[in-house]
Amino acid sequence: MVAAARGTPGAVASAAAPSAGAQDTALVVARGLVKRFGQFTAVGGIDFEIVPGECFGFLGPNGAGKTSTMRMISCMSPASGGTLRVLGMDPATDGPRIRARLGLVPQEDSLDLELTVLDNLILYARYFDIPKAEARRRAASLLELAQLSERARDKVESLSGGMKRRLTIARALVSQPDLLILDEPTTGLDPQARHLLWDRLYRLKQEGVTLLVTTHYMEEAEQLCDRLVIMDHGRFAAHGTPLELIGRYSTREVVELRFATPREQADALALGETAQRMEVLPDRILLYTADGDAVLAEVHRRGYAPVSELVRRSTLEDVFLRLTGRRLVD
Amino acid sequence: MSTTPAGDTTRGTTSGTTLRITPAALLGSRRAVHMVERNVYVYRRSWIFLVSGFFEPFFYLLSIGIGMSSLVGPLRVGAETVAYPVFVAPGLLASSAMNGALFDSTFNLFHKLKFAHTYDAVLSTPLTVADVVAGEMGWSLLRSGLYALSFMCAMAALGDARTSWAALCYPEALLVAFAFSAVGMATTTYLRGWRDFEMVMLAIVPMFLFSATFYPLSVYPGWLQAVVRLTPLYQGVALLRGTDLGSFQWAMAGHAAYLAILGLVGLAATRARLGRLLLP
Ligand SMILES: Nc1ncnc2c1ncn2[C@@H]1O[C@H](COP(=O)(O)OP(=O)(O)OP(=O)(O)O)[C@@H](O)[C@H]1O
Ligand SMILES: [Mg+2]
Repeated sequence: MVAAARGTPGAVASAAAPSAGAQDTALVVARGLVKRFGQFTAVGGIDFEIVPGECFGFLGPNGAGKTSTMRMISCMSPASGGTLRVLGMDPATDGPRIRARLGLVPQEDSLDLELTVLDNLILYARYFDIPKAEARRRAASLLELAQLSERARDKVESLSGGMKRRLTIARALVSQPDLLILDEPTTGLDPQARHLLWDRLYRLKQEGVTLLVTTHYMEEAEQLCDRLVIMDHGRFAAHGTPLELIGRYSTREVVELRFATPREQADALALGETAQRMEVLPDRILLYTADGDAVLAEVHRRGYAPVSELVRRSTLEDVFLRLTGRRLVD
Repeated sequence: MSTTPAGDTTRGTTSGTTLRITPAALLGSRRAVHMVERNVYVYRRSWIFLVSGFFEPFFYLLSIGIGMSSLVGPLRVGAETVAYPVFVAPGLLASSAMNGALFDSTFNLFHKLKFAHTYDAVLSTPLTVADVVAGEMGWSLLRSGLYALSFMCAMAALGDARTSWAALCYPEALLVAFAFSAVGMATTTYLRGWRDFEMVMLAIVPMFLFSATFYPLSVYPGWLQAVVRLTPLYQGVALLRGTDLGSFQWAMAGHAAYLAILGLVGLAATRARLGRLLLP
């Protein structure tokens, strides 16, 4: 299953920068989109478009404005400036028609605590005017998918955090949306459930569903997203395919060194000259280079003895660190 | 995909995604029905709460009507003299409509807004804030209607309904419920915590006790009469009592208009406030 999810088609043609034609077919088009809460600007004028069938990712540290953006797209928060079109319509006036075709997994579970697991799905389907019999049928199959069939008659309150998350995700699928918006979908999921979800999302994408995902997990973003943006302080710090971003903002390899004491680490800062770039984290030093083994050999030649050393490929995490000076997951 | 029209069992053939903009925007769309449906789902599993409310009026009528009438003689209302239970019954009906409506629209709504976050999910579907307000109001009226019906059955059974005009008390009780429900919801959107409910109770309890429910307005000094006349519960009590006794006056049209306008203003305020709270 993991393998299936890994098979993300590489650089989709539209990924780099959608051509002018893509704008006409794009499901979401934002121009200078702004969200303010009082004096505070949460989203400070962003431009993007999401084309049919792609998986578009929003990465960024806490408070970057990801959720604010998702909520504007789901017509659950009015934009304070700029223009936004979703499914060719205007969220300000066509909210119900847009939402009829969206599936939303909010960052915070918003399950109906007074209802059972099964009723949560059925009733949510009813909100979309899905007839009762059909709602029941879909609910049953989604419970299967979320591995919650046994808990169907239980009150939602009695579910564990991860089970609630799974139910929230199942609920978003009950209306068979064209555009699925997932705000940190895997938060709280165990590894097995996470891989199941990736697998499912990958299949939905193949079925033509467009995905919009925010996440703090870079391996998730690397595997799922055709294109992504890195957001910080309400603006885009970078955008492109995962490979493009890594190529543009990082080196091929990274040497990670951990030292026994802060003092030793401080001494090791001189190693910066052996690599193209160095990042110093509280607990380790990262050396960015095209050839990790060569740098590591040089580290040893100079007589340094880190307690742990690792040569690895660059990931989005490194891009993120470079762009925001922060780590994705603390 | 959900763009295919889905025949709605409750409302015939209207198509699934074409939003019907009702002229009276206050009423929400046809989808408001699903909000009522939600409450049915919830109470399906806790119907005991509905039933307890259903029997309450019997206890009220029996205890206050029968108990007090042994102490209180017949009362003069306008040109008529009526037995105490006949006098008090329509007042109790109005008060019970108020209490039922307020319970739903204050405690229950507050819980849904602040703790259960019930509407966050609802608003990520095609339903709008107007639908939520209309649906919750619809549910509140259904429930009030049920209680009012049981109350009127009790009135009839105990011989407290004076004339056949009393049947009109039913829609009037719903009007009282509508007004209090709307004002209750609007007020609730301003409450910050449970402690604020003290303030709400501070308004409700004196109104309940002073609104000429248990005795005629004429027992009060002039200034207090003037204050009591302004309260919505007094308007409701006067409306129902006049109807029950079959003694109609023009002032009663005024009472009805007062309640209707209060309800509509409350609804509009609720909608505006909820929009700001739920869709920031
Ligand atoms: N309703 C609100 N009122 C006031 N400020 C808000 C509101 N919602 C969000 N903000 C602020 O807007 C900024 C962006 O918040 P947002 O939730 O969009 O961040 P995020 O990128 O989703 O972060 P996280 O990774 O923590 O979920 C934050 O500084 C937050 O405090
Ligand atoms: Mg967020």
